[in-house]
Amino acid sequence: MAQDQAIFQHTIAVLVDNEAGVLARVIGLFSGRGYNIESLTVAETDHDEGLSRITIVTSGTSMVIEQIKAQLERLVPVHRVQDLTTDGPCVERELALVKVSGTGDARVESLRLGDAFRARVIDTTTDSFTFEITGASSKIDAFVALMGPLGLVDVSRTGIAAIKRGAESL
Amino acid sequence: MSSQGMLEGADIILKALVDQGVDTIFGYPGGAVLPLYDALFKQNKIRHVLVRHEQGAVHAAEGYARSTGKPGVVLVTSGPGATNAITGLVDALMDSIPIVCLTGQVPTHLIGTDAFQEADTIGITRAATKHNYLVRDVEDLGRTIHEAFYVATSGRPGPVVIDLPKNIQVEEGPYTGSPKLKHKSYRPQIKGDLDQIRAAVDMIANAKRPVFYTGGGIINSGPAASQLLREFVRMTGFPITSTLMGLGCYPASDKQWLGMLGMHGTYEANLAMHECDVMINIGARFDDRITGRLDAFSPNSKKIHVDIDRANINKCVHVDIPIVGDAGHVLEDMIKVWKSNVHQPNKDALADWWAKIDEWRDRDCLGYKQEGDEIMPQYLLERLQDLTKDKDRYITTEVGQHQMWAAQYLGFEAPNRWMTSGGLGTMGYGLPAAVGVQMAHPESLVVDISGDASAMMNIQEFSTAVQFNLPIKVFILNNSYMGMVRQWQDITYDGRYAHTYSEALPDFVKLAEAMGGVGLRMEKPGDVDKVIKEMIKNNKPTIVDCRVAVLENCFPMVPSGAAHNEMILGPEDVETDREDDPTLV
Repeated sequence: MAQDQAIFQHTIAVLVDNEAGVLARVIGLFSGRGYNIESLTVAETDHDEGLSRITIVTSGTSMVIEQIKAQLERLVPVHRVQDLTTDGPCVERELALVKVSGTGDARVESLRLGDAFRARVIDTTTDSFTFEITGASSKIDAFVALMGPLGLVDVSRTGIAAIKRGAESL
Repeated sequence: MSSQGMLEGADIILKALVDQGVDTIFGYPGGAVLPLYDALFKQNKIRHVLVRHEQGAVHAAEGYARSTGKPGVVLVTSGPGATNAITGLVDALMDSIPIVCLTGQVPTHLIGTDAFQEADTIGITRAATKHNYLVRDVEDLGRTIHEAFYVATSGRPGPVVIDLPKNIQVEEGPYTGSPKLKHKSYRPQIKGDLDQIRAAVDMIANAKRPVFYTGGGIINSGPAASQLLREFVRMTGFPITSTLMGLGCYPASDKQWLGMLGMHGTYEANLAMHECDVMINIGARFDDRITGRLDAFSPNSKKIHVDIDRANINKCVHVDIPIVGDAGHVLEDMIKVWKSNVHQPNKDALADWWAKIDEWRDRDCLGYKQEGDEIMPQYLLERLQDLTKDKDRYITTEVGQHQMWAAQYLGFEAPNRWMTSGGLGTMGYGLPAAVGVQMAHPESLVVDISGDASAMMNIQEFSTAVQFNLPIKVFILNNSYMGMVRQWQDITYDGRYAHTYSEALPDFVKLAEAMGGVGLRMEKPGDVDKVIKEMIKNNKPTIVDCRVAVLENCFPMVPSGAAHNEMILGPEDVETDREDDPTLV
């Protein structure tokens, strides 16, 4: 594969005005121009200034990634775009809630594994546990896979939150 | 009555428009904008042009904007009013035309209930506009309108929609914002990076086979940019070509002008692009109609690209020196650097380059054969050019063969004189655009070069011209076909004319008369001058039915998927086994 055709995964942070429709603008840009979204998280991060931070994990050729950043920057409510993959290093975390239902050995085993993964039990009944687990996406993938045969019934994941290492702000 | 310092929403809107310098709006009333129309009724600062279809309103506003350099303003109702405007909005988005479009909306408490004439205008127009707003609180109204004008006109211009629920138009609130408002996040880059500009000027000075490739960005930057471009191009002595959208930024009568480039560009312009060693793109975006086959596009050149929109850099074509900034500002800096370094172009190399270009010019690619006693469309446009070039003239077009012939055979000496739908290719653009142009320039000669099929797309706007005494000329090159589509069927579908014959065309002369205008017709070459002169003299809205040679096609042509050096110069070059490549447009 030619170098300029190689596909890379990038994590992009976007600081936007927290206004109605801003997420639709970002998502519409990706779907309208045929870009991938592998993970997307959004929440208000500065209430006084009315700013939200969107973290997008996407992939494409280097030309496409440059396009994505330029297209994001030209959206009117966008304040800043940062490519955490190239401007890095950065730290990335994801949180998941994992519900396991069962009794007997499987139930005990799920609790033991949860402990090994440093997952916390945040809800329990006599025949279920709900774990809260935080970490790299790959760690959550591994945990969810292990829970499969132990009575996994539901998973809710936040998508990736990422931030640049060091003292600098977005 | 308003309480102290407070205004009704509709009055806030009109005050903000007046403060923005708006004198004309194009619109169509309806239930959700009745309060705003009532406020319009009670004032006399803003003229309202009643169109016959909302698409016409947007195109008229585009014509107004393109010919004046000011934003065009549109007012339509909710639901169908807004959805009818969509084509015009996308047209303005593709061609970077500043438009502010006010749409009525059902009252805020009914939004989301599928109320009568409710449509999710914000959702629908999100991809059709540069930006859009839904005003939910009368306190935000004035500021939102001022912000919309700022967004529409700054950076790369474009259309902005403001959705106005009916209750907001009658609620009282303070007048907020001003035309000087600072936007909190949107700051387009205007000045180019000086180091990049220096590097570009060095590259330009060392070029042996250079070409300027200019586009609509020069026109959008304002007349000063065209002036600076002329200065710089003459300083360098380089050849210059332009896209469809950039015609007029450099005088067509000048010896350095190569004509338009691209799919129906001249042989000399396209070969200069193919053979050049340095390409200086100012305000154009490497559109597929320009580049032809990408992997064969100007294979041996270094490329400089000046564009106000960073997203256009390296989108289709990789460039060596990108400069993000306004065309006029960058040209000004380029000239300064050129002068301060006492740069001199390589005179010998340039002389060789011009000799080569002159050989290409000698092919006379715009030559054509007179067939029998028919009006050749090329001849018709040559005569139109001759008989109107000294007039205060504005040209609009529809989309198709007539549009390309107009681009080839009419010469433009100044910017803002040529209004055409480039990016979206909207049939039905030219007639309403002419209405908008004539509103802005009531004394000028405004001609819509049209085709028989395009003319039918927004013919209803001829009534608008009649109502407002706008003496526009709808100049129809009538070959009773959708000529350009038929041309592609000739080239790639063995001449199977699937549904491209314009059956049941109206009698355009009678149609003009029935609508209250004047109809003229020409059928033989001998009629051409007489009818054109009669058309010019006429001060009423006029339709001219020009019966042109039916099967004539538009050349030269770079067929879809071909390179610039694989042009078809005339019908004798058309390979009969060429196939349409469905992977290309």
